[in-house]
Amino acid sequence: MADQHAIGSRRGLKPALPLLLPAYLWLTVAIFLPLSAMVFFSFMTDLPLAGREWAFTLDNYAAFFSQSLYLTLLLASLRLGLEVTLWCVVIGYPAAYVLAKVLKGRSREAIFLLVILPFWSNGLVRIFSWAMVLREGGILDTALNAVLPFKINIDLMYSYPAVIIGLVHSYVPYMVLTCYLTLQAIDDSLIEAGRSLGASRRQVLWRVIIPLSMPGLIAGAALIFVPVVGSFMEPRILGGRTGTFYGTVIEDQFVAVFNWPLGAALSFILLAVVLVILAVASPMLKRAA
Amino acid sequence: MAGVQVANVSRSFGAHRALDNVSIDFADGGFYALLGPSGSGKTTLLRQIAGFDFPDTGRIAIGGESVERVPVEKRRIGMVFQNYALFPNMSVADNVAFGLSVRGEPKASIAAEVQRALDLVQLGKLGGRRPHQLSGGQRQRVALARAIVTKPRVLLLDEPLGALDKALRVDMQIELKRIQREIGITTIFVTHDQEEALTMSDRIGILRDGRLVQEGPPEEIYDRPQSEFAATFLGDANIFRGDATGNGIRLPDGTTIAAASGPSLAAGARASCAVRPERIQISTGAAKPDADNANTLKGQVSKRIFAGNNSTYFVDRDGQTLKVIVQNTGAERLAEGQPVVLSWSPDSTVLIAAG
Repeated sequence: MADQHAIGSRRGLKPALPLLLPAYLWLTVAIFLPLSAMVFFSFMTDLPLAGREWAFTLDNYAAFFSQSLYLTLLLASLRLGLEVTLWCVVIGYPAAYVLAKVLKGRSREAIFLLVILPFWSNGLVRIFSWAMVLREGGILDTALNAVLPFKINIDLMYSYPAVIIGLVHSYVPYMVLTCYLTLQAIDDSLIEAGRSLGASRRQVLWRVIIPLSMPGLIAGAALIFVPVVGSFMEPRILGGRTGTFYGTVIEDQFVAVFNWPLGAALSFILLAVVLVILAVASPMLKRAA
Repeated sequence: MAGVQVANVSRSFGAHRALDNVSIDFADGGFYALLGPSGSGKTTLLRQIAGFDFPDTGRIAIGGESVERVPVEKRRIGMVFQNYALFPNMSVADNVAFGLSVRGEPKASIAAEVQRALDLVQLGKLGGRRPHQLSGGQRQRVALARAIVTKPRVLLLDEPLGALDKALRVDMQIELKRIQREIGITTIFVTHDQEEALTMSDRIGILRDGRLVQEGPPEEIYDRPQSEFAATFLGDANIFRGDATGNGIRLPDGTTIAAASGPSLAAGARASCAVRPERIQISTGAAKPDADNANTLKGQVSKRIFAGNNSTYFVDRDGQTLKVIVQNTGAERLAEGQPVVLSWSPDSTVLIAAG
């Protein structure tokens, strides 16, 4: 590895430019320009469309701080992000472990495909199929009542759990994939060494495997937490009235209220908060590992 | 500290019989080598003793206590892996401390024991390093310190020197032997390197296709191999095949070879004789017949390899190429193509029943 470093530093950046440029040009055009426009909008009183009057203002940012609703919703969204991330760890990590350390050959490929499948299905289709499962008289309700001797009433539709279920379903593959990659890189002889030294399987898991798979857990958590905090589709469709989160409010500003400047300002506040959280959390998690 | 008894252990993986009714008694405090080619079952046997895998049938006892169904973490063994298997997320000291800390020993006594173990392997000052900052030989020592700090009953080594270069390997052989003597631990050592097995161990078990071929002290196996495989796998040997005569064999061309040791075989049974290349004298003329060179054969030098302190002659004789190693004493060297007479003593000849 030391050799690779040496070669990389000797060559410098110049020969790498032709390789880097396409990606960065694309990012500049596709993300940086529209985003800059949004930054610009967020400081305006109104959209400069159809000859409307507009001026620069900080009111959009001030709105966040003057109305407690936004802060409440932001905290609710952060909690949602945290809960979904935790469930993804709880569900995804064991699956990744089994995929990386227990299964071999064809059965591994088959199970892997099942994990990736949600990625290949359309997001809206996924969410509406959950709606069919979760609502009263839906698939889950009917199935449970057909099996159980007593009558129960399952109506998870338009509830917080429904939002969690939908989001976890959408995002758990990220956790499985990132953890699978780090777990697979852990040499089996490390596990054997731990056990030969008298550690139980549980002790080996906590002291060797989890610390060594921390990079995968962190990467997975970041990939899940950030989009979930800003999510709006699952909360709106599966959460109904209870599904009002920070993300849905931003969406409203763009598609319903047409207050783009406020929507943009709320987005950038979210971006800032998420960046601060990641900046604080990642070194802490890294140290734990 | 304890001895290990392996009795009638068999283990199959699907249709492959990895261990076939193996029995070995490892005495307390001994240094054993399990030697065999790859696929011979030596690592499988070590893993049965360690407890990573359980035998289908048979018994394994450590210190007289049956352990064949006891999981590895309860067997109180120490193991050194071929790739060292140091925990990359821990410092050297934490690696060594691992076995003590999972038992919940107090921190203060752990620190003292870790230091003692690191001192024993002469790495007392490197406790704060990470494994990736160490050389191969140093990692090897850390792995050893980690395995012995818990005072295991048995030390198991799976080709521990395989990843080291030649010079370092010789150093580590001496070092390993010193540490083993110092703490007096029963040590079982898997290797495919016959030289390593010869120089380090008190006893050697040779495995082939899941069976124990021969077991005993290195000198005994080398001087009195009981099979052609044992004779050729541990050291070099010239093998002659023929019919048993009562005190040797008769080759197809009628030449007889006398052997002083080996089993007594019925006359006429298929048998072989093994002779080590360094026991054969090579000369240009007929030697005076006496007891020390009662076996003689004529041949022709086909090739000579000079290796400084000795020379190896390949001698063609009746379709067979024999190997003779001659110490470099300053005597005249023989040229390729030269007719020669080979002679050796019956004492240097081992009779082997056809297997």
